[in-house]
Amino acid sequence: MDSDHVRTLEARCVEEHPPACQNACPLHVDARGMLGKIGTGDVAGAFALYARVVPFPAIIGHICDHPCETVCRRGEAGGPVRIAAVERTLVEEAYPSPRPTARRQTKPRRIAIVGAGLSGLTAAADLARKGHRVTVFEADAHPLERLRHDYPEDRLPPSAIAVDLGALDSLGVVIQCRTRITGGSGPRGLETLIDTHDAVVLALGPGVAQDFAPTIHLADNGRIAIDSQSRATSHPKVFGGGFHGALGENYSPIGSVRDGRRAATSIDRFLQGASLTATDAREEAEGSCLYVNITSHAPVPPTEPSNPKAGYTLDEAMAEADRCFPCHCLECTKACAFLSHYRTYPKRAVREIHNNLSIIMGNRKANRMIDSCTLCGLCETVCPTDLAMGDVCLQARQEMVASGHMPASHHDFALRDMADSRSERSAFARHQPGFDQSTLVFFPGCQLAASSPGHVERLYAHLRDRMKGGIGLMVDCCGAPAHWAGQTDLHGEVRAHLHRTWTSLGEPEIVTACASCLSMFRAHMPEIPVRSLWPLLTEIGWPKGAGQGSAGKTLAIHDPCVGRHETEVQRAVRTLARGFDVTLEEISSPELTTCCGFGGLVSFANPEVANAIVDQRAAERSEDYLTYCAMCRDNFARRGKRATHLLDLAFPPTDGSDPAARPDPGFSGRRDSRTRLRIHLLRDIWEEDMTDPEPAWTVIIPDAIRAEMERKLILVDEVTAVIAAAETSGQKIKDAKTGHVIATLRTGPVTTWVEYENTAEGALVHRAYGHRMTVEVPS
Amino acid sequence: MTTSTDPTPPNPEDLICAKCDTPLRIGKVLASYMGQTFPVDLPLCPTCGFVYVSEDLAEGRMLKVEQALEDK
Ligand SMILES: [Zn+2]
Repeated sequence: MDSDHVRTLEARCVEEHPPACQNACPLHVDARGMLGKIGTGDVAGAFALYARVVPFPAIIGHICDHPCETVCRRGEAGGPVRIAAVERTLVEEAYPSPRPTARRQTKPRRIAIVGAGLSGLTAAADLARKGHRVTVFEADAHPLERLRHDYPEDRLPPSAIAVDLGALDSLGVVIQCRTRITGGSGPRGLETLIDTHDAVVLALGPGVAQDFAPTIHLADNGRIAIDSQSRATSHPKVFGGGFHGALGENYSPIGSVRDGRRAATSIDRFLQGASLTATDAREEAEGSCLYVNITSHAPVPPTEPSNPKAGYTLDEAMAEADRCFPCHCLECTKACAFLSHYRTYPKRAVREIHNNLSIIMGNRKANRMIDSCTLCGLCETVCPTDLAMGDVCLQARQEMVASGHMPASHHDFALRDMADSRSERSAFARHQPGFDQSTLVFFPGCQLAASSPGHVERLYAHLRDRMKGGIGLMVDCCGAPAHWAGQTDLHGEVRAHLHRTWTSLGEPEIVTACASCLSMFRAHMPEIPVRSLWPLLTEIGWPKGAGQGSAGKTLAIHDPCVGRHETEVQRAVRTLARGFDVTLEEISSPELTTCCGFGGLVSFANPEVANAIVDQRAAERSEDYLTYCAMCRDNFARRGKRATHLLDLAFPPTDGSDPAARPDPGFSGRRDSRTRLRIHLLRDIWEEDMTDPEPAWTVIIPDAIRAEMERKLILVDEVTAVIAAAETSGQKIKDAKTGHVIATLRTGPVTTWVEYENTAEGALVHRAYGHRMTVEVPS
Repeated sequence: MTTSTDPTPPNPEDLICAKCDTPLRIGKVLASYMGQTFPVDLPLCPTCGFVYVSEDLAEGRMLKVEQALEDK
């Protein structure tokens, strides 16, 4: 993952884009952050956010023309948040405002500002804060004369003006009133001002500027020609504030402040010899847009003040601030239990993953996070820019494996389980007996074979019955665990093996029962024609008598995550279920289905996240779930959610038991089923000589211990092997108090310990645990 | 015969190596993972050197060290 690729990915996540209000504000006030703080009653914190950007908070808090409200997204759900009214209460609550302080400047420059309106005084304040010596020349008797005329005292109290002018005074700004600057080179002439100062701001307000014509260029309308962004004029030392655009434009106090600020910023750059046109990051963000899902917010009308003239009380302002959503995208985080577990979103997660991969020495703290993504594709489906975290996590895993940094414990068990399902204990491929070719080959997948081997036998019998020309059987693993683990080489081996098997069967079309197998063949072995079992069943029908006892059930259907875009399969499954007179409820649209926790091997690398994912899905509807993936069904069952496989409807248990209550067979149960299925099929259908495996030792495992073993990923076979080895060799420990035996055996990368008791019925297991470290007495 | 799970872990002082009929004693042991080796004191059989690792140790301190080494 090179840095360019990472930057491209980061740029696609819009979560860190500014909200519409901040974007529309000429000063980019963080209104979302401010409202959030007011909502919790943190007036000081809210005021600090506001005053950090707004030069005259008391004044602007009363008279801002609030372009933010025009674009507020709450406007689409009850009306825009009345941000300006909240700000007014905020500045009134926060009086007296903290005094700003000027930075110490080693070489302070002399700046002249003509005009003590909002624009000129903003430039004065900004430049004074930077430590420059600022003098303001004002023709009128008072600064801010215009505001005193234009706004009645109940709108803009004189006290507010006094507070803000006091702050300006404390910055050391000198204001010379009744001082009109004229054109030319007289004692009050512009030429003189330019000669005696390092820079000049002309913040003249409305009115023509013919007097200054010989010194600086005027535009056609008689005003000074000013670059709207940099506020530069034709004279390099002179900058313009105040006019904000052409004649006839509506007066905007916040627009005036912005113009003054831009002039000050340009002067600062001019004094440092820097380019005036270099844009800062804020300006670049302009026009960017944060995606907000408005439909997820119920409309709420604005808070009405009990006394409209006085404005909001603090309580009313807090209530109004609470109407701010606040605007966030987080579409993927809201949908994904993995991202919400890590309280992250793609932009941050991608950076973290990239940093994790780049670590040379030190702790790779994001390893487990990278291995906690199910690769299910839900994030990119809900993302406004289709950003796929699964691709990022999978690529990271491949890089971790390649560089030797993949923690062995994360996927080791799953990969050993895959090896078992591919071994000759479980896997085989045959033409139908009596045929030397196959027109189709049935590929049930290792999980269906492991979860309900009887269904594989029934389906294969049915396909042989209905389809002509020889239906082969291929019991094997599609390689999904290797792919999900980032094991590129191992996945290549699996593919090569599958390709060889397929070739040896005469390259027939493959029919899969499992959605993962289907997607693995499609994505990684495009040379092999493949189709899903379920649409095929809608064509050929079920065997006679299938689906008895299913009529009248109401089930909520869960589509497997790997099949979220398989619309043909989704339709077929619904048709098949309704064919049994089952009433179906949708949990979400199939496209928005979630993983069951097995995808991406998350249940091995991070069981906590895997459980959160399946529990969240299980809680969505109260009905029993209908699945058509064996792993989804077993995961729901494991977490106590009643779930039925479509094949349970078609072929209900012959003993009359409730299929929705069928427990999760567990890892040991699955392995046994796969082994037994192979023996049964080869013996019964192909009449091959098969012997049942002899039980090595009689081992009794109470249910509670069995559940613990499942959680700790310890197999019954492993426990049996420990006991068999100990009883054969005599190498074991005895507990003198309880009479229990303690024994151990290293199998592969894990040392397994078993505490048991020899009884007349067999070895009764009391405890099983393991570790990966090795221990030895130094020789 | 106990039929349910026994929540009380064995007390190392009660443990005897069945092969040598010798009580276990605390001794110096080397624990290794991913090429790193640490000296630890664990109960072992002084005669044949059989080392006992308790569940508590395996799922506590050992697991922590394993995970820390895996994330290096
Ligand atoms: Zn011994």
